[in-house]
Amino acid sequence: MKRFRRHGQESQRDRLKQELFQFNKTVEHGFPHQPSALGYSPSLQLLAIGTRSGAIKLYGAPGVEFMGLHDENAAVTQVHFMPHQVELVTLLDDNSLHMWTLRGHKGLSELLEIGRFTLTGPPGAPPSVTRVTAVLAHASGELLLLGTEGGHVFIVEVPGFRELEERNISLDQVAASVPDDYIGRRNLEHVEALQENPINPNQVVIGYGRGLMVIWDLEKQCAIQHIPATQQLESVWWTEDGSYILSSHSDGSYCRWMVGGEDVNEEEEKSDIPYGHFPCKAISKIIQLPTEEGPPFLLFSGGMPRASYGDRHCITVIHSKTHVALDFTSRIIDFFVIRDGLQHTGDPSALVVLVEEELVVIDLQTDCWPVIQTPYLVPLHSSAITCSHHVSAIPLKLWERVITAGELQHTHYSKKPWPITGGQNLAPDPPQRDLLLTGHEDGTVHFWDASGVCLYPLYKLSTAGVFHTDTDPNDNMNQGAEGEWPPFRKVGCFDPYSDDPRLGIQKIHLCKYSGYLTVAGTAGQILVLELNDEAAEQTVEAKVVDLLQGQEGFRWKGHTRLDVREEPVLFPPGFQPFALVQCQPPAVVTALTLHSEWKLVAFGTSHGFGLYDYQQKNNVLIKCTLNPSDQLAMEGPLSRVKSIKKSLRQSFRRIRRSRVSLRKHHVNNTAKLQEANARLEAELAEMELAPVQRKIEARSSDDSFTGLVRTLYFADTFLSDSSHNAPSLWAGTNGGCVFAYMLRLPPVEHRADEPVTAQPAKEIQLMHRAPVVGIVVLDGHGAPLPEPLEVAHDLSRSPDMQGSHQLLVISEEQFKVFTLPKVSAKMKLKLTAVDGSRVRRVGVAWFCSSRTEDYGESGLTVLTNQGDVHVVSLPHVKMQVQYPCIRREDVSGIASCVFTKHGQGFYLISPSEFERFSLSTCHLVEPRCLVEAPLHSGSSNQHRSQPDGASSAHRTRQESEDAEVLQEIQKSLEGDQTSFLENNVKSAVA
Amino acid sequence: MNKNHRVQSSRSLSAVEVKSKFGAEFRRFSLDRSKPGRFDEFYGLLQHVHRIPNVELLVGYADVHGDLLPINNDDNYHKAISTASPLLRLFLQRKEEADYTAFGTDSLTRKKNTVLSAVLLRPDANRKKPPVIISLPRDFRPVSSIIDVDILPETHRRVRLYKHGQEKPLGFYIRDGSSVRVTAQGLEKLPGIFISRMVPGGLAESTGLLAVNDEVLEVNGIEVAGKSLDQVTDMMIANSHNLIITVKPANQRNNVVRSGGGGGGGGASMPMHIIQNFPVDELESEDEDLVIEADGEAEPIRRAPSNYSMPSLPRYEPHLNLRAATTSVSSSALSINANGTLPASGSSGSLSNTNATSTTSSPDRATERRSLEEDGTVITL
Repeated sequence: MKRFRRHGQESQRDRLKQELFQFNKTVEHGFPHQPSALGYSPSLQLLAIGTRSGAIKLYGAPGVEFMGLHDENAAVTQVHFMPHQVELVTLLDDNSLHMWTLRGHKGLSELLEIGRFTLTGPPGAPPSVTRVTAVLAHASGELLLLGTEGGHVFIVEVPGFRELEERNISLDQVAASVPDDYIGRRNLEHVEALQENPINPNQVVIGYGRGLMVIWDLEKQCAIQHIPATQQLESVWWTEDGSYILSSHSDGSYCRWMVGGEDVNEEEEKSDIPYGHFPCKAISKIIQLPTEEGPPFLLFSGGMPRASYGDRHCITVIHSKTHVALDFTSRIIDFFVIRDGLQHTGDPSALVVLVEEELVVIDLQTDCWPVIQTPYLVPLHSSAITCSHHVSAIPLKLWERVITAGELQHTHYSKKPWPITGGQNLAPDPPQRDLLLTGHEDGTVHFWDASGVCLYPLYKLSTAGVFHTDTDPNDNMNQGAEGEWPPFRKVGCFDPYSDDPRLGIQKIHLCKYSGYLTVAGTAGQILVLELNDEAAEQTVEAKVVDLLQGQEGFRWKGHTRLDVREEPVLFPPGFQPFALVQCQPPAVVTALTLHSEWKLVAFGTSHGFGLYDYQQKNNVLIKCTLNPSDQLAMEGPLSRVKSIKKSLRQSFRRIRRSRVSLRKHHVNNTAKLQEANARLEAELAEMELAPVQRKIEARSSDDSFTGLVRTLYFADTFLSDSSHNAPSLWAGTNGGCVFAYMLRLPPVEHRADEPVTAQPAKEIQLMHRAPVVGIVVLDGHGAPLPEPLEVAHDLSRSPDMQGSHQLLVISEEQFKVFTLPKVSAKMKLKLTAVDGSRVRRVGVAWFCSSRTEDYGESGLTVLTNQGDVHVVSLPHVKMQVQYPCIRREDVSGIASCVFTKHGQGFYLISPSEFERFSLSTCHLVEPRCLVEAPLHSGSSNQHRSQPDGASSAHRTRQESEDAEVLQEIQKSLEGDQTSFLENNVKSAVA
Repeated sequence: MNKNHRVQSSRSLSAVEVKSKFGAEFRRFSLDRSKPGRFDEFYGLLQHVHRIPNVELLVGYADVHGDLLPINNDDNYHKAISTASPLLRLFLQRKEEADYTAFGTDSLTRKKNTVLSAVLLRPDANRKKPPVIISLPRDFRPVSSIIDVDILPETHRRVRLYKHGQEKPLGFYIRDGSSVRVTAQGLEKLPGIFISRMVPGGLAESTGLLAVNDEVLEVNGIEVAGKSLDQVTDMMIANSHNLIITVKPANQRNNVVRSGGGGGGGGASMPMHIIQNFPVDELESEDEDLVIEADGEAEPIRRAPSNYSMPSLPRYEPHLNLRAATTSVSSSALSINANGTLPASGSSGSLSNTNATSTTSSPDRATERRSLEEDGTVITL
């Protein structure tokens, strides 16, 4: 009888679980790692980026994005859109060609691979014959011209990839007609470039590596003209009017050749080495575009003097008298220019440059050519990300103030709208405003709009101004001396070099209701900031806190404290620091929390924790958690690996500085770099020598870093007796210890003058001694206590203060519920003892049912060191669902994970990209967009107007219905799996 | 959760009738079942009622099976009080005259005579050969041992490393390796976890039960197949208070060979039933967290309502009369129970009696209840 009933309940619970939980990886934010190819379709207004890992990503208007992945794990070397079509062709490193299309499906477009092709040469031919080096998507949209390493041009019909053998242009055909006096005629080398005549698609120019260019008539299948350049060819450009061909060469020169001259041997029209005299590097790509009135734009990449600027990554733009060498901070992959007009044949409006670490768009129609802020593809890693913090459902007021502060920072950006506008974003408006805050190595905090598909930068906070850093004030890379040649201009925001690694942000906590923010860094600094709409000049008072509390016999071997500026500092509108705590020893801050209602900040390091009253600007409590036998904690920055990283960074910095100082004095950088390399090698060798074995030993109190504070938590709960609740502070350490303090706050009217006091109330030593990673107090209903001020803002039900509260302690190994105020164990869920995984990240989330709107429950979202995400129910700590999420080898991905309050999460898939995932059936942010095929003929372009409002509304409704059906199906498919898993977990946990 | 409570619910009487015998004298008195007090108080009471204030006593009682069991600490005292039905019969001996052999659970089956007669009526009957002096349960301390010999394949060995407050480190290392197994497809090389090193003087080495290159198959009943070295490391460390490792010894010559009939006193019915002899949480008291109140002293956390647990009895009981032996031991069945959820209820060889199960302090009553249910035993709880 009993059994029957239980089964009934279980299946009901399973159904509910399906309504609550569902795992999806939804969208990738940020900039693709290691981009390797760029493509653009003027007719679709879409941008395509291929990466070295074989991914292809398409971007249009903000919110319009598609992603595809080639099965082959090979780098994408070229991307070409078929003119006026929704197809695109990719060439991979393994010489395979792939055809992709944007197919409409239920009112949305999806990127699909529809064909693949590898060129097959005649039997017995060496592979170089078919190794593709140049691709031309012909204007007809039906042909692909493939130039190969062997010097042949193969013609292939698309989309079917049918080889048109009779039309191939073999090297022999071309070589036969080459003028006898051409020096390189014996070996033309590979096909470097293929371009078609903009006014006559039947003519293409074939550029060979050796320098020779041949204009070939596809109809007549014969050479029309030979252009006998003698330098190694890098690229070819056929001007708009079809009358000139520009060629760029490996010696840094470019040439202009007249087309259609009768005389085959006509001398080159013009040859120029723009940065000449001394040997220059190759010009890898050249473009010339006309303007309606006035001189054309000439753009080329590279060509810098080899000796002095050979390491710069530059694109030179020349228009009339303006000549600028745009200086990028990373290698240039490719660039293109967007042009005005319906046919996209008007004046150049924007230059789009893909460099290795970011996408830079330059407005060519505004004076000074300012940069246009990118709404997506923003490099998250302009300085390395050191931590992240997510805040859900930001109140409108704070949101607007942050945006305003951000806009004031963006004044140097162009006012023009984003020029890439392809596709329609059909995703519903995000239900709430979410902020993602990332802390960076250079001491900045970036605020991102994480509500939707585009992770848009809102505001950037820099904390470096509070401190004296060892940056040389003259060390300003943006300063171009007057009359400098080449006329460099620094563009882009990617700057991986941190001036002082101690500035690095390690912990962030923002109170969304009050606008108070606290950030903490590598050198034990804790700043409390307040949002101010006006600029203010103020001194930041520093308070040094000695966490050792008289513990003797320790010697801090790490970095020193940051040097605080004593004079007033001018802070721009935005978050302005008004209080500073500096821990002594200045170890990295490992835990931080803020209670804006009580105006308290708690912080912890590997030595102890403290409580700071930011209203009265004094310390309330200092507790040393150090174990006297733990010598390692004193040694300084945590591991030796880190110190190599540091020394490497220092050497890099030295190199950079010398580079910036215009090579006036040559320091022995090489010696230093070699030294660093040698050290690194020795370290690596040592690591390899150690056999892969693991010691099995019970944890003891003598282990290292047992005193490291892992988590801090404020709660208004029943700490001493069950009838009076009081403010309390909880701290959990690496050694499995939980400290609880009772706080006494003066009444509001005396808050400014009466002291806040903290009394030790309880100390719990978990017997399994695993690090405590989370502490949560559950109210009488078993619900987690709300955030400070949440109730005051009517955004949360006030907690149940009648029933008995419970304390949930989450260690890396177990979830354990204790009663309060008398701490006795009530329930627990063992994780590590059962499956060997450990908790890495944990968050409290609210899950809504997808079926009934009014039902929801809170749960713990957990990420383990195995990369799995789990949901654990509250308050009964039962395992609900488990999904694999991150590869377990991806340590940095696991370490970077941050959960939202609604069951979503972010983690870094590369230094520059966040993957967004969702455990919730209701909170999903994923791209939903439509790209329509352009109507081919020019005149019909005017008809490409929007469908009228009614029909589009109708379509969206239909889509949402479709999506629901799809979800339903998916759920029923996943159902079995989940229940199976659940049963497994159950029996394992029991 | 609370066994006291559970027992009370089955007997409404709140007073326990006590009949205490010392030599030829009887005393009768009663105790409050709900407030038994401490053992030393009780001991004093006995000395008082028998008027032998300075005599060192050995206190024994007859349990529900008629076995003579000792009372020498709070836990077994409470046990005795709580299981008395309704009369608690006590037998007092002078310590110097004590006959230790009389104690034991299976004394009933070992001897035709009742324990009582053996002890009281014919005290000399068993003195023919000098008895082996086995100290009292309180003086036992669990040690590392090979367990579950009866249910494991002979090529495997399940070793319990019992740390019990010793200062000795566990003292071994594990590594990745590959092992050859026989599968349906023939011999197959599979990744496995092996013991790579022993720390001299460590617990693992001192037991002599584990050796370098032994393959680790399970940790506390959970198979390690498919788990990474780090996962297995973490599992072992998480279970380090009571670590039970199933290994396939590299040296297969020292295996315990089972005789065909099943040796341990089980007679013809070798315990085919799937049992694990270790209740995983038996040592929960070891796992108690320590709470320090600001104004008080450190006290171990009790489970919500205090839970009196007996220090684990030495488990030398053989498996007895388990229900009609299941005829097949399948390895799949083994793995079902391999998570160690089944407490030692089976091993006490009892007649479907809750009291028997409660002799072991398994904290997770709910689990126990369920596992009992699943065994098909009818139990009213």
